[in-house]
Amino acid sequence: MKKLIDFQLVDKQSFQRAALLRLRCDEPLPEIRGGQFANVRVDGCDKAYLRRPISIHDVDYQSNTLDLLIQEKHEGTKKLCALPVGAKVNVVLPLGNGFTTPEKDDNILLVGGGIGIAPLLYFAKKCNYLQNINFLLGGRTQGDLMLLERFRNEGDVFITTNDGSMGEEGFVTDHSLWKTMKINKIYACGPMPMMKAVAKKAREMGIWCEVSLENQMACGIGACLCCVENTKEGNVCVCKEGPVFNIERLLW
Amino acid sequence: MVKTEIKLKGLTLKNPVMTASGTFGYGEEYADFVDLSELGGIIVKGTTLHHREGNPYPRMAETPMGMLNCVGLQNKGVDYFIETIYPRIRNFETNVLVNVSGSNIDDYVTAAAKIDALEDIPAIELNVSCPNVKQGGMAFGVTCSGIEQVVKAVREVYHKHLMVKLSPNVTNIAEIALAAEAAGADSVSLINTLLGMAIDAETRKPVLSMVTGGLSGACVKPVALRMVWQVSKAVKIPVIGLGGISSATDAIEFMLAGASAIQIGTANFIDPAISAKVAKGIVEYCERQGVEDVNELIGGMII
Repeated sequence: MKKLIDFQLVDKQSFQRAALLRLRCDEPLPEIRGGQFANVRVDGCDKAYLRRPISIHDVDYQSNTLDLLIQEKHEGTKKLCALPVGAKVNVVLPLGNGFTTPEKDDNILLVGGGIGIAPLLYFAKKCNYLQNINFLLGGRTQGDLMLLERFRNEGDVFITTNDGSMGEEGFVTDHSLWKTMKINKIYACGPMPMMKAVAKKAREMGIWCEVSLENQMACGIGACLCCVENTKEGNVCVCKEGPVFNIERLLW
Repeated sequence: MVKTEIKLKGLTLKNPVMTASGTFGYGEEYADFVDLSELGGIIVKGTTLHHREGNPYPRMAETPMGMLNCVGLQNKGVDYFIETIYPRIRNFETNVLVNVSGSNIDDYVTAAAKIDALEDIPAIELNVSCPNVKQGGMAFGVTCSGIEQVVKAVREVYHKHLMVKLSPNVTNIAEIALAAEAAGADSVSLINTLLGMAIDAETRKPVLSMVTGGLSGACVKPVALRMVWQVSKAVKIPVIGLGGISSATDAIEFMLAGASAIQIGTANFIDPAISAKVAKGIVEYCERQGVEDVNELIGGMII
């Protein structure tokens, strides 16, 4: 069930162009799937009339807390990143379909680019019954790769940066693990060119692959039909039927 | 107890609050947030005779206190609605109205006739004001002769409450409303979106796939309020007000300007529970002001 909840910002960690917000509420959180998102209201910002869809980075049901990792992109997300501890944050959640749950014997690779790493942590936690989880995280530079310790707690972390300041130099699709690692499922979230490159790679290698899209949304719940992706079945709402799509449904 | 019932011809609303077409899906999308039985009515997504894919992405641009959209009436057609969606929503404890649109008069008439046969749909809202389709849509709603033609033709086959949704993209909206009234409309709803556009200065490209789109949200409220006032002075049939309503106070202003009922549109995106809150807020206002019946508010502006 979707809920409209007033949270309080109880803790915050700031990065170069992003912030990790820890939100707490009084009521029990609804069950959230890995890869689902929250639609966050931006108060007091003339240029952000609509809510901002934000991936759910982590959840703690015991303390009713939710972690959102937000990139400062435009005015709305800048405002959210600048919120002071103690601020009220109004959130609609959980929205979207989330990633498909892997089978027990699957070997999965979670590929994240830039702020697209955000939903992969909680999804990995939901997959803790697997033998091993591999993350392949990419950024333009070292500073883009945040909260690596959190990811290392959940699995093996492989890194690429465009400038070579951390991990292997290049894009995520250039990493050497592709030559050696045996995987049968890929889950990807990141900038469109990265996801398209990952999808291409997955197709070439014949590997099952899901990607999480971030088309611009208005309502977030499948009412306005603004965020559509043109798929093999025609225009479908990314907010409701996505944001996660198997690449076989997409036209790219 | 404040009386909240609004009686329109063949359509009784338990309170003046409805939700605007295209912003509330089929009601189901909002059922987690709103007790639909607390609303006067819901107007479902624009429905056409045939399936429509709508316009390409991107379909939305955010603006100061509002948004532009060029969705373009994406829907699966009236037969799909009747077979698949209607059975799921027909027993909602509120009025379910269908917004009917078309590319030509025959399409409007055929779709309206099909909806006429649905026992649990007490009214249609005839959409002659969608700015985002190449043929039909707003083309019918911007001239008196166009609106007369389509309303007359639909009136012949549609026997329940016929609400006609007006475009604000006209020189004199009161004349258009009069034409709709003369052709047999039971009420008029206004305003649909204002035609606008957005350009990305960095890329020098339009933001929307169709270049232009319809503006909605809080920013359009003063324009909508003025038009509701002008139209309600001109016509005898009830006026349904919409355009930027985001609070009970906004809703009351529309009623004072002459609206018999109101619709909440884009505000549903910002607060999915807003519609029921507005219904409650209207009652609170009446209690505070000593108003016994919300009907007393209609056209109650003191000049």
